[in-house]
Amino acid sequence: MARKSSRTDVSRRKFLAGVAMTGAATAVSATRGGNAATEVEAARPAATRPSTAAAQLEYATQSVSAPQGTLPGRPGSDFMVDVLKSLDIDFIFTNPASSCRGIHESIVTYGGNKRPELITCMHEESAVAMTHGYYKVAGKPAAALCHGTVGLQHAAMAVYNAWCDRAASIVMVGNRMDAATRRPGVPTLHAMQDPGSLIRDFTKWDDNPQSLQHLAESMVRAYKVTMTPPLEPVLMVLDEKLQEDAIDGGGGRLVIPKLSTVAPPAGDPNAVREAARLLAMADNPVIVVDRVARTAAGVTRLVELAEALNAPVIDQLGRMNMPNNHHLYQLGAGGLIERADVILGLELTDFWGTVNSADDSVEAAQAYRPKPGTRLISIGMGDLYLRANYQDFERYQPVDIAIGADAETTMPMLTEYVKQAIPSDRRAKIAERGDKARKAQAQARQAVLAQAAANAWDASPISSARLSAEIWQQIKHEHWALVSRDSSLSNWPHRLWTFDQHHQFIGGPGGAGIGYGLPAAVGAAFAHREAGDRLTVNIQNDGDSMYAPGALWTAAHHKVPMLTIMWNNRAYHQEIMHLQRMAGWRQRGIENPHIGTTIWDPYIDYGKLAEALGHVGIGPITDPKDLASAIKRGIDAVKRGEPVLIDVVTQPR
Amino acid sequence: MRNTLSLLAAAALSMIVCAAPLVRAAQSAGPTGDPVKGKATFERTGCWECHGHQGQGGVEGPRIAVPAPALPVMSRYVRNPRRNMPPYTQKVLSDQELADISAYLQSIPPAPDYTTVPLLSGKF
Repeated sequence: MARKSSRTDVSRRKFLAGVAMTGAATAVSATRGGNAATEVEAARPAATRPSTAAAQLEYATQSVSAPQGTLPGRPGSDFMVDVLKSLDIDFIFTNPASSCRGIHESIVTYGGNKRPELITCMHEESAVAMTHGYYKVAGKPAAALCHGTVGLQHAAMAVYNAWCDRAASIVMVGNRMDAATRRPGVPTLHAMQDPGSLIRDFTKWDDNPQSLQHLAESMVRAYKVTMTPPLEPVLMVLDEKLQEDAIDGGGGRLVIPKLSTVAPPAGDPNAVREAARLLAMADNPVIVVDRVARTAAGVTRLVELAEALNAPVIDQLGRMNMPNNHHLYQLGAGGLIERADVILGLELTDFWGTVNSADDSVEAAQAYRPKPGTRLISIGMGDLYLRANYQDFERYQPVDIAIGADAETTMPMLTEYVKQAIPSDRRAKIAERGDKARKAQAQARQAVLAQAAANAWDASPISSARLSAEIWQQIKHEHWALVSRDSSLSNWPHRLWTFDQHHQFIGGPGGAGIGYGLPAAVGAAFAHREAGDRLTVNIQNDGDSMYAPGALWTAAHHKVPMLTIMWNNRAYHQEIMHLQRMAGWRQRGIENPHIGTTIWDPYIDYGKLAEALGHVGIGPITDPKDLASAIKRGIDAVKRGEPVLIDVVTQPR
Repeated sequence: MRNTLSLLAAAALSMIVCAAPLVRAAQSAGPTGDPVKGKATFERTGCWECHGHQGQGGVEGPRIAVPAPALPVMSRYVRNPRRNMPPYTQKVLSDQELADISAYLQSIPPAPDYTTVPLLSGKF
């Protein structure tokens, strides 16, 4: 009989957002019993999580005598699907592979290919990038299923991006540990002794379970680990033999443990109180944020903190942290770091780079930017968790108060302490800061618009300002979301559009690994499709897209509507600029940096490429006057449920 | 991200450096520029990579048109740049070529008033 653990009647979505204990253990008997196969068939509600009773019936079928050549009972991978269903995993992004054939078959047949649904990807790197983009919109992990060895090698860069970007992702890899049962040749070539070693430097946890019970416990733990700040990818090895063999009876029971989520740590109250005192007494406090808003609540909390101080907030665009039309919002530092007397960094990846300049010149000049006496405060998880090999922790920056804590969780306490710490005789001065910020924002808006007009408005190739304005004109009254970063467009979307919802921006790749953009956008678009009624916009770098164009096919195949606008500047311009520096430093060959860095001769026709991959393809658009009609046509098609790509030939930045 | 923001700051600084002397700067004695040749040189030597084909600027380099810096100001900066812009000495970019580039930038017509541009004058 099944064992049953305590059940908490709280919806799983609430568990994921909060700290409640979640789920209930599902116990399934592996004991050889006497239930009839017909009962099993009747009890197979494949698309939903099995009840304990139904699961018992499922696994009890091992008692049925099996014809020769057939499995004597339910396969282990069916149980793996039950575990995934218990965790509310909606999608498994995968490129099909022999080492995963057992669970693949269980997902699509036993599980009914619903929650989780198998999503066909054309590269494991794309599969993981899709989980990355998906998490940042859905707020919960999806899984990527990778082939042993070579598939995981393919996936590695995308895992690193997710690691650097503090994104939850459950990476699963097929592998056969038992060498005596491996098929020779390729299956053995693709087997590993320790799959986790391949990406262990940039995963938070991994395991290689050797029994189904072990797998159930580790999979639930993996979910818990990946969703605990700092959110990071995890790896689970799905042993081929466990997938394919019949569930071993032996009188044992399989139990899916309940998921308990972890309450993220808030800062030490004494340290937070001291930080609040410094901020409250500062004449020019500045807040700098990178990935502070893990959830929509983070946006609200940041606004409350900023308004308590009337302190400008410099957004480093790791997430949608703060509405960009707020009078305290700052895109770019604009001298604020130099004028500040207290700088509060919230979940910064790079505090050193925030307060230091470092020229990429022969002299390689470096300079500390704040004035003497400026106090630095950091709140974030970075001090609590780091690894040695990969340098994503950036350079060491001494600060006056370092609070190791989740900033989103800590902000309400900090805001309250700030309010308490402000003396009555400073309140007028702080209010005055807010008034000045409002006036400055209005002036800045005029300057931005004027610069947009000056920004090669009618030029061909098309300017970033013009393209951004043309898109905004047609999406501003929609429920839109941008699923790409906009640094290649000189941040014009952030300068011209109004971002005021958490899901409207998801930051960038984290690890700056190229090939993230298109698949992450598709993954995010899956989540937006599930949310319903959102117009997903992806402004896609051309060079990045050619790392993984197959992601377009995935979107088409799975009917994911998304408007991709190809930012087709026909080169790896960042690299051209590096080559220009080399040429300038060496005073030779300044006409050569285009060699090896441009995507000319032939130009890529992205409209045709997209059509071949199941999209509505439009373009190339070279005249800005043609943009409006092309974008309208694209949006109309997206609203019909079709994925669309508009190829726009653009200026470099 | 940090690099992008640093470059924005550098761009802003460079704009100040470049634009401030514009009003008072007069063309000093030196080679006369040819805007047609200047445009070709601007394209050939990749100035547009950071500054845009029309000198409009962007996240990687400041706006250098319109207004364009006077030739002496531009020459001084190009020969002895600061921050991330590499130097272009006479060995790789002659005074004549620099004058041509300056003439090209000076020839670019002024931008429209944003209030006359429908997409920019509406509600944002």
